[in-house]
Amino acid sequence: MTKALSGGDVASRINEAISDAVVDHNDTDVWIDSESLLDASRFLKTDADLDFAYLTAVSAVDYIEYFELVYHLLSTRYNHSVVVKSKLFGREAPTVSSVTGVWRGADLQEREVWDLMGIRFEGHPNLKRVMLWEGFPGHPLRKDYVE
Amino acid sequence: MAIKTEPVTINLGPQHPSTHGVFRLRVTFDGEVVVDAEPVFGYLHRGTEKLAESRTYVQIVTLTDRLDYTAAMSNNLAYVRTVEKLADIEVPERAQYIRVLTAELQRIASHMLATGFLLNELGALATPLIYCFRERERILDLFEMLCGARITVSYMRPGGVFQDAPEEFWPALSRLIGDLPHYLDELEDLISGNEIVLVRTRDVGLISAEQAIDSSISGPTLRATGAQWDVRKAAPYEIYDRLEFDIPIGTVGDVYDRYIVRIQEMRQAVRIIEQCISQIPDEGPIRTEMPYFVRPPVGEAYAAVEAPKGELGFYIVSDGGIAPYRCKIRAPSFINLTAIRDMVVGGKMGDLITIFGSLDIVLGEVDR
Repeated sequence: MTKALSGGDVASRINEAISDAVVDHNDTDVWIDSESLLDASRFLKTDADLDFAYLTAVSAVDYIEYFELVYHLLSTRYNHSVVVKSKLFGREAPTVSSVTGVWRGADLQEREVWDLMGIRFEGHPNLKRVMLWEGFPGHPLRKDYVE
Repeated sequence: MAIKTEPVTINLGPQHPSTHGVFRLRVTFDGEVVVDAEPVFGYLHRGTEKLAESRTYVQIVTLTDRLDYTAAMSNNLAYVRTVEKLADIEVPERAQYIRVLTAELQRIASHMLATGFLLNELGALATPLIYCFRERERILDLFEMLCGARITVSYMRPGGVFQDAPEEFWPALSRLIGDLPHYLDELEDLISGNEIVLVRTRDVGLISAEQAIDSSISGPTLRATGAQWDVRKAAPYEIYDRLEFDIPIGTVGDVYDRYIVRIQEMRQAVRIIEQCISQIPDEGPIRTEMPYFVRPPVGEAYAAVEAPKGELGFYIVSDGGIAPYRCKIRAPSFINLTAIRDMVVGGKMGDLITIFGSLDIVLGEVDR
């Protein structure tokens, strides 16, 4: 059975490698400062004991005061998983660095988040809309979107 | 004398007979060799995730049917499992067996289509496809007995299934399970040793296990590379931990491996269904009693199943209301497209369609 690593353990490991990267954690999730997200991702993938080589899913949730990015990570070698989150404040132009350089699998998923939720990913090689057409007004999955 | 060539960009689709729906591949060729490819899609985008935010937890089951419309049972299962995890709902044993059984039948139906269409794309127009449709037809008949629908089944509910299987279902299922190994042998006789198939599929559309894992690929496409990863074994759900089955894997990750992995998965599915028939309790409830409006507590859950196309997961955030606050779908067909460029670049134009067919994507799930 896939073991869900404790958020506290993963948080302390990230903090050892990158100081002040972790904002908060609970039993299952780790919240990373959006500025450190790229460094933390690289660490989570390359660390020999964590080995999160598989990015299961990239999701975004609109909590009105902030956007939350959710990365479901998996290690196929150790069969363990963790949920990494990052909060983005500001509705005008929320921006975060892209993790496509770490996991290729983020490519289409980040494009989908940009398309439907309007979060920009800096450093993405091809950040175009994926479901809707260029010029579509607004980002439909936002809670303040009106048809 | 060297012939001077220059790259030409061609739109393959959106209305192309081999694109299984409305899908466009913008391909740049140098002569006959592919130098660049970019998938363009979204023509079937219906906003399923947004629609889910204004429907009750039970109503959303009908939306999931329309994701991968060749495997509605697997979609139902992935969704209801997430709701059950979120709201902490117990599922009666008999219902779990019925759900696993229908999901495996669905896997056979879906792989049959994938195999048939692959042959179609190799130029064996219609004949092998109709053989595959013959088997699938009997599975759809079984679904019709269960719930009255063949494609958009909406059979499962949070807490179980909506009605028990009728009496005539069990003998019909046994007959089908008796016939399936013979059908599969017949199909393999036609295809597996066929020289044209071998030449067209061996070492075509290669992808390594590292590349596949890096690109978040799942399902038969991942296992064809030799990576032994299956959600049913890695994180057993329902009653899969009581069943004996193998995870077929490929060796090099070409089109042929993907085909052979699907064939072997169908054989394993038959094994699973046989065990389900012998283990299922004869009596018992098929659904936990629940109010019509499910109100999960504030929180979130992610649950995944091994759907025919790969890992199908739902990430649902609840604010305590009767509809989800956010319902994100991790669609395997969509994410498997990440690596399509790696597979086709450097190959020939004629192989492009074969590789695309071997990925087995369904546009309802890609576009959502």
